[in-house]
Amino acid sequence: MQLPRTAVVVGGNRTPFAKANGAYAPASNHDLLTAAIDGLVARFGLAGQRMDEVVGGAVLKHTRDFNLTREAVLSSALAPDTPACDLQQACGTGLETVVYLANKIALGQADIGIAGGVDSASDAPIAVSEPLRRALLAANAARTLPSRLQALAGIRPSHLAPETPRVVEPRTGLSMGEHQARTTKKWDVTRAEQDELAAASHQHLAAAWDSGFFDELVTPYLGLTRDATLRPDTSVEKLATLKPVFGGPDGTMTAGNSTPLSDGAAVVLLADADYAAAHHLPALARLVDAEVAAVDHPGGADLLLAPVTAVGRLLARQGLTLADFDLFEIHEAFASTVLATLKAWEDEEYCRSVGLPGALGSIDRAKLNVTGSSLAAGHPFAATGGRIVATAATLLHQRGPGSRGLISICAAGGQGVAAILEGM
Amino acid sequence: MNLLEKLFYSPPGQAIAGKAGLPEPPVLRRGPVWPDGPIVVASLGSGTLAADTLRLLGRATTEPVRDDAEPVPGYPGKIGALVVDVTELRRLVELEQLRAVLRPAVRALEGSGRIVLLARAPAEVDGWEAKAVAQALDGIDRTVGKELRKGATTNLIQVAPEVTPSALASTLGFLLQGRSAFVAGQTWQVAPADAPAVADRPLAGRVVVVTGAARGIGAAIARVVAGQGAQIVAVDVPAAGEGLSATANAIGGSALQLDITAADAGSRIAAHVASRYGERIHGIVHNAGITRDKLLANTDAARWASVLEVNLAAQLRINQVLLDSTVAGGLADGGRIVGVSSTSGLAGNRGQTNYAASKAGVAGLVRAMAPDLAERRITVNAVAPGFIETEMTARIPFVQREIFRRTNSLGQGGKPVDVAETIAYFLEPASAGVTGQVVRVCGQNLVGA
Repeated sequence: MQLPRTAVVVGGNRTPFAKANGAYAPASNHDLLTAAIDGLVARFGLAGQRMDEVVGGAVLKHTRDFNLTREAVLSSALAPDTPACDLQQACGTGLETVVYLANKIALGQADIGIAGGVDSASDAPIAVSEPLRRALLAANAARTLPSRLQALAGIRPSHLAPETPRVVEPRTGLSMGEHQARTTKKWDVTRAEQDELAAASHQHLAAAWDSGFFDELVTPYLGLTRDATLRPDTSVEKLATLKPVFGGPDGTMTAGNSTPLSDGAAVVLLADADYAAAHHLPALARLVDAEVAAVDHPGGADLLLAPVTAVGRLLARQGLTLADFDLFEIHEAFASTVLATLKAWEDEEYCRSVGLPGALGSIDRAKLNVTGSSLAAGHPFAATGGRIVATAATLLHQRGPGSRGLISICAAGGQGVAAILEGM
Repeated sequence: MNLLEKLFYSPPGQAIAGKAGLPEPPVLRRGPVWPDGPIVVASLGSGTLAADTLRLLGRATTEPVRDDAEPVPGYPGKIGALVVDVTELRRLVELEQLRAVLRPAVRALEGSGRIVLLARAPAEVDGWEAKAVAQALDGIDRTVGKELRKGATTNLIQVAPEVTPSALASTLGFLLQGRSAFVAGQTWQVAPADAPAVADRPLAGRVVVVTGAARGIGAAIARVVAGQGAQIVAVDVPAAGEGLSATANAIGGSALQLDITAADAGSRIAAHVASRYGERIHGIVHNAGITRDKLLANTDAARWASVLEVNLAAQLRINQVLLDSTVAGGLADGGRIVGVSSTSGLAGNRGQTNYAASKAGVAGLVRAMAPDLAERRITVNAVAPGFIETEMTARIPFVQREIFRRTNSLGQGGKPVDVAETIAYFLEPASAGVTGQVVRVCGQNLVGA
């Protein structure tokens, strides 16, 4: 498929990611997204300039955030006549915003724009219970005092408990961890494998921080200068001591090999390749193609393996194999998600069952998540895509023109997004 | 603010302070604002440099009143400034001519008024008496500065013989305007140079790098220099990135998160400039600095090294890279290097041996580099701030801070903008004749001035 123009990643910026109720407890989605945009604007000297569009999103949203991205733009240093839109696809949000904007750029509908996302588990909306909501609405609609009191009299103490959002699949009633525990067992992913992957994530991320890799990708916020969930001194031995939290007493998934709830925002600056060159903007990598897929998890499919289907279709369309890639960025929702994904790629039967021509093959693990991923950095849901795209683009730029990176991100609802970047 | 400080600044506290000889300090005129009253020009000889330079600056001038009769003749009203050309004074008895123009002027000078003496450096004159006279002028400048009231200042400029009005214009304009608010009792030199005319936005379209730009004096430098039209590359350590991006976004500059002590700091600055602006650097302001104060008796190797590394060694390395004319994004010929010294370095300060070493070193460095880079028309100068009101100095205990604040001729601390304005003056293309100079921005501090 030949597109009229080439969309390139100019650069990225994110806040350091914080633990939920940590450094960013007082910050809202709006604050965090504004901070990420402002850091990007400063890095590229864009203050006062109009972007063709800013697209962002959040998974956990207050009703006041109905126009989150546009409001963040208005609070940022960008020109106020910069339009914006919100987009949401669970944890696929961040990558989906990049695809949305890159497509517009490739089609000539935009020259330059910003894509990304934000989430704050600390500032998650708290809702009232359904009986309380109904009673309050009835009282509000009542015309007389007695009928108002009557409506309110229906409220019971138990109705007053607030409903906090839970990461639960509406169709199955299972949490994401419980779903993944089933997948873990089904694919025989061992505890040792998971702990090894988690330890590697921390070690890789720590090494990247120490080398200054993030100096051009992260701007400190509210006094936090590094990802708060990063534990540089963690090890397989330490992780092995943790108790399982999903999959029952024999489970293998622990707090150490699952992503923590976290707060943060990440954005990416995208532009048309010619526009970037004409405006003294660097081009780190181009977005080659992307694909989104879903599986029938209410029917029993593995909730977080939809990206396998997306990757398979994407490779087929591009005529590429896994051997053609220099880097793999597989979002670490859980260590076992990554490991089950790798096993599924190698599994002829599974690949055929989701409509692919055959197994995708195996990869050199040295090319996987080389600067760490969500287990170490944290996973503010909609911010993860922006973090991964900016990281991968920077790594591919270092490797040189023509180097290829594959991004795979799983999302709630049995969905998955995959994308290919090529270094410039 | 502690209890003592609150008490001091309360209305009754201020009333007592005024009676006790600690009156509220005058509000200084700041910014590109000329004196209100007339500018008086006196030439104690046949020279016309002062009058010609002021004509170039578009300022009207008036004749001086001389103290040559009884009772002492006076000006009809307040005067804004007195500029005296004393370049031809060679004999001690001729100093009387200077006294005669200074006396009426000192009596009539407005608040934030200016006295500027244009003289020869002792090295430029021949003979024992002439050299003594040249040095005597410096003593007069410093003493008159201490006698002036209400924010008025005196400064002395040593002009080389071939200096033209265009080479002097940026310096005289800076000294007469509010931009030099906290520069008092200073002496520095202007050399002959092919200087372009002074301009309203002299740095338009030029790239200026400012290190330590996240806050305080560095942020003020970025703001003031951006106001002169420059495109600012604001540099600070990654941990200060939040303040840095605020600085950059407020002025439409770009932020570069960089530890200047990194081995590749110079090449990363150059690469950023080449990539983002596609041109060479007009100026770099080495403002980043740290303190690790301890009495020498308690100073270990780590405290010693870190201060010298950040405050001096880093800029030596960065300059070396940027001065390589083959490096894309390096310093342009005709460019500017500005260091930030300190009165602590020039006068010494208890508990700051490491800091004083680094800051005196900056003064030594600019003096050494200036002649070597003259061929490329690159100027190298430094400011030496005295007590400046910043977050850093706000942490000094109140009584000590109040003493530091008041022990200068202007009776107050300076503002970050005062340091920034002096740096902007060095950066002006019109300041081509100013190089190898260290200008204190200290309100004529009792120490180090």
